[in-house]
Amino acid sequence: MMLFDFEKPIEELYKQIEKAKETHVKGKVNMLDTIEQLEKKVVELKKTIYNDLNAWQKVQISRHPDRPYTLDYIENIFKDFIELHGDRNIADDKALVGGLAKLDNQPVMIIGHQKGRNTKQRQMRNFGMANPEGYRKALRLMKIAEKFDIPVISFIDTPGASPGLEAEERGQGEAIARNLLEMSVLKVPVVCIIIGEGASGGALGIGIGDVVSMLEYSWYSVITPESCSSILWRSWEFKEKAANALKLTSKDMLEMQMIDKIITEPTGGAHNDPETMYKTVKSELKKILKELCETDINKLVNKRIEKFSNMGVYNE
Amino acid sequence: MSWFKRVKEGIATKTQDKKETPDGLWHQCPKCKKPVLAKDLIKNSWVCPHCDFHEKIGSEGYFRIIYDDEKYTLMFDNITSADPLKFVDSKPYPEKIKDAILKTGLNDAVRVAVGKLNGKKLVTACMDFKFIGGSMGSVVGEKIARAIDYAREHHIPLLIISKSGGARMMESSYSLMQMAKTSAKLALLSQSKIPFISLMTDPTTGGVTASFAMLGDFNIAEPESLIGFAGPRVIKETIGKDLPKGFQRAEFLVEKGFLDYIINRKELKQNLSTLLSIIWDKKTKKKESEEV
Ligand SMILES: [Zn+2]
Repeated sequence: MMLFDFEKPIEELYKQIEKAKETHVKGKVNMLDTIEQLEKKVVELKKTIYNDLNAWQKVQISRHPDRPYTLDYIENIFKDFIELHGDRNIADDKALVGGLAKLDNQPVMIIGHQKGRNTKQRQMRNFGMANPEGYRKALRLMKIAEKFDIPVISFIDTPGASPGLEAEERGQGEAIARNLLEMSVLKVPVVCIIIGEGASGGALGIGIGDVVSMLEYSWYSVITPESCSSILWRSWEFKEKAANALKLTSKDMLEMQMIDKIITEPTGGAHNDPETMYKTVKSELKKILKELCETDINKLVNKRIEKFSNMGVYNE
Repeated sequence: MSWFKRVKEGIATKTQDKKETPDGLWHQCPKCKKPVLAKDLIKNSWVCPHCDFHEKIGSEGYFRIIYDDEKYTLMFDNITSADPLKFVDSKPYPEKIKDAILKTGLNDAVRVAVGKLNGKKLVTACMDFKFIGGSMGSVVGEKIARAIDYAREHHIPLLIISKSGGARMMESSYSLMQMAKTSAKLALLSQSKIPFISLMTDPTTGGVTASFAMLGDFNIAEPESLIGFAGPRVIKETIGKDLPKGFQRAEFLVEKGFLDYIINRKELKQNLSTLLSIIWDKKTKKKESEEV
């Protein structure tokens, strides 16, 4: 497993555990107690480290290569998933996936950014940066959901919308704008979860929900810390400072009332214990959906519009 | 200069922006380099009479061009920026705001006005690029939202003139959420069947493009305006080569199907008037006769 710089003290313990295991296997000394002691220490140390993370460290965790992605959540939480492809116009965007599924017995429509795990996959998924056809596919799926009265679940995980020639030619701005407008009045419940990176319009483009929640170590901002650093301080070196200034952590976002909920991650982050993460997300989703599905949809839509209308701080 | 008439009563007059008056009698066109008499340039809606180059102007200029007798009422102009994130880069954000207010005579990067265009009421929200690059923060979002609400409540068509470099980074996600806020409000306006015309000018990029600017019933633009989601520099860095000529210009967007048409600023007022006479004036007449 890849460890971060700030996890270095844990690495030392891991080494000791490996050594103890080796000794034990060789059969010379019974090391089981020592190993157990060391493993306990690891858990304790992780807790200590993870309780005291700064914004930039959280950004790093959100990008851990082993962190669960949208399709992992789909596979481990839902059943009967039927993936739906294409925007009926240009292409099927592999950076934004979607389809029908069941959450236990509740039918749902799922949309979400998808990143790749190896070089080939990363290219195919365009690093989770969707093109206009991705946002249009998502809208097409949401309209299907509306037609058949199925709630929408949106998994957000993107370093931003794709900034390329083709994206511009096909109207990236229009595609995102259209989604913002349509999602704000979509007549089915919409739940959004930022599971990793939530950068700019690319994230917001599938991010208008009745309940918007963030995984504990995910982030949400108008720009990546790197780009912010390069624009404001003319260098990528100030990304830590930028991450801090942007107030992009789940805790900040909840305090500023731009999200509704934080979903706690297992100690050491979602990548450290995906099974627990899936369980938590599943139970949260069930709780949220139950409540939303019991509310009158017109009330829900009005509340959704009101919520986003109230965002902003100014003097008057 | 006599062409400037004071706007209606009750309006702060510090916004007589001097920058929109050319210094001296003569003005040199930055494109064709030919000289033009300043008063002729103004008469020509700040469009070069030799080569049709559109000088960059702000809300003051547009309001004067659009509204009958250059009369209009500013609305919601007392809203100013707060500093929710206590953001500091080269200097604290509140100082930046103060500087911008002093330098531009504006309170933020958008102003909202209501007045008459060829005798018919029109609400206009017009962005000002010279205020921190026309960036969208909470104030821009709130003023646009209120302009939309006002148009909806009073049953008046809405024009938004965009000119923006994108997000106000110093407001981070507050800035981002203004995209959601303005789009949600436009959804309501659309449901009320009130016309919304979006005029994009040079440049219109980032979060403004990806929200209200692209959501017009009619998306129109001034000639050669740069319009896009990602800025040209970012795209160039991403693809590692130079961008094709004319990329992201208004003419390119018409070809790609994202604009209804390009409008020369000299013809803007008449064009808006004609457009509204087709889709809206009959409707209001009908409504008025029903009320009688
Ligand atoms: Zn000229």
